[in-house]
Amino acid sequence: MPAYILRRFLILIPTLLGVSFIVFLMLRLTPGDPAELLLGERATESALQEVREHLGLNEPLHVQYGLFLKRLMKGDLGETIWTRQKVWIEVKQRFPATIELSLVALCISCFFGVLFGIISATRQYSLFDYLSMLGALAGVSMPIFWLGLVFMLIFSLNLGWLPISGRLDVHINLDVVTNFYILDAVLTRNWEALRDALWHIIMPAVTLSTIPTAIVARMTRSSMLEVLRQDYIKTARAKGLSNFKVIFKHALRNALIPVVTTIGLQFGILMGGAILTETIFAWPGVGKWMYDAVMQRDYMVIQGGTLFIATIFVVINLMVDVLYAVINPRISVK
Amino acid sequence: MKNKNTRKNPEDRHPLVDQLDQLWRNKIAVIGLIIISIFILAAIFAPVLSPHNPVDTALYDQLKPPVWHETGKWKNILGTDDLGRDILSRLIYGARISLLVSVVSVGLAFVCGTFLGCISGYFKGFRDSLIMRLMDILLAFPYILLAIVIVAYLGPSLRNAMVAIGITYVPRFARIVRGSVLEECEKDYVTAARSIGVSDGRIIFIEILPNCLGPLIVQTTLSFASAILDAAALSFLGLGAQPPTPEWGAMIAQSRSLILRASWVMTFPGLAILFAVLGFNLLGDGLRDALDPRLRD
Repeated sequence: MPAYILRRFLILIPTLLGVSFIVFLMLRLTPGDPAELLLGERATESALQEVREHLGLNEPLHVQYGLFLKRLMKGDLGETIWTRQKVWIEVKQRFPATIELSLVALCISCFFGVLFGIISATRQYSLFDYLSMLGALAGVSMPIFWLGLVFMLIFSLNLGWLPISGRLDVHINLDVVTNFYILDAVLTRNWEALRDALWHIIMPAVTLSTIPTAIVARMTRSSMLEVLRQDYIKTARAKGLSNFKVIFKHALRNALIPVVTTIGLQFGILMGGAILTETIFAWPGVGKWMYDAVMQRDYMVIQGGTLFIATIFVVINLMVDVLYAVINPRISVK
Repeated sequence: MKNKNTRKNPEDRHPLVDQLDQLWRNKIAVIGLIIISIFILAAIFAPVLSPHNPVDTALYDQLKPPVWHETGKWKNILGTDDLGRDILSRLIYGARISLLVSVVSVGLAFVCGTFLGCISGYFKGFRDSLIMRLMDILLAFPYILLAIVIVAYLGPSLRNAMVAIGITYVPRFARIVRGSVLEECEKDYVTAARSIGVSDGRIIFIEILPNCLGPLIVQTTLSFASAILDAAALSFLGLGAQPPTPEWGAMIAQSRSLILRASWVMTFPGLAILFAVLGFNLLGDGLRDALDPRLRD
């Protein structure tokens, strides 16, 4: 087992190097002068020269990449073009918002996905099964940017139940400790802020969770059906155990093993989906920040943000793999 | 040569017949097929079917509601947008764009991915490791992030969106083909072909590849679904089709400011995306059940 985990960690290194190389190449391979791409067409020659100097654009490619990596190791992702801020600091500031949104969405997906999956599996071919699986199919086919707007129209504009955008109402004071507003509100015992933060997060989180919920529900159902067909379940039933005990104590444990992997992999979908969801709901996270950067052609932000998100994604996938090996010892033998 | 009696013998039937039969009996797949057919027909006959020109603006017909509305008229069945353009016509022409995008981007991914997967699975060794590590790296970018970033560098346009989506889909094809080719390479017919001196290229593409088509077809169908979704998302973000192109995602983006005044402008393009994607997903699921005997109950 430790050998397997070590091997998985070692694969991380070439993958991350490859990711950094691709991100590095993108700017250089784009047609046109990279310095001009970074600063825009109206930049002065001296400013262009400064950028070329700083990024080593006059050097051969491998020297440039060496420089790029050296800075990366020091945590230097460069400066944003428009606001002249350190990209790394900006990412750090915004990341909690994205993680908070993703985690809440993940919780929603896990709860409803697993719940609907179990009920569907235990009542196969019932009306509930058909409806929830139809819902799941619609869920994986859903354009979430549209769903977000529909939610907005119904729950904020027409019914007025939920705030339309943002993370927190402007009139509410919250001492920011960790930048996770829900956590901060709990830490500082600011219940009004907690309520408001939760109110704000519901709509974006539900929108973001649509596709993962559907995937988890389908996975749980098929995995559960497979387990329920096995002999030990028959034995458990024959022993006279209650249906509840058979399902939740005996079947669910084994059925959840593939579901855990699926849930872990959804995190990547959530991080990508965050760009769409955050843009719609003006959620001040990394996704919205990157979208704004794309619109303003701030390539330093795009570069830094992409590297950051990809790294997080790879590390999370690695942790899912390791976790999977821990709960399912058969895998590490391979 | 064959008479009716032998043809009835299940052993003699071509496996394809069985699979088509299986597919036909799968109601969900048939529903998917019907939905897709409607969209394909709409795309082909767009000039005949659409009541108006999709990019023609009409000053006096701005924001007309759909026909079932009190003030709706039959002239614009699904209403008009803020420039007076007929939404139904735009949706019908939008089917052309969405199908074009998915065919081109999935086609690109299919060709590149299949080629890389074949090389990887057939030659193994160094080439295999190299290609598969490269695919791992492409997969290290979550979901549509890579596509967004590629378009950000290439510049926003429908063509670049197709290229970007195509690139991001290469790994899934490469991986599936590699797996199937690895499996097929163990079989006797490959050894036989090798021993009589058939060239590698011929073995890969003429002998092996046709036997790997099952999972490949399933992946292609499901990729069509996600390509439509991703292209719409890119256009929604302003990175794909540019106005006045009647693209569904772009239509939703343009209607954002009208959300309170004229919700229909936003509603119908979203439903169009949902149903087109659903159609391909349904068919893909059905094909998987029909073509992959391991999953059959």
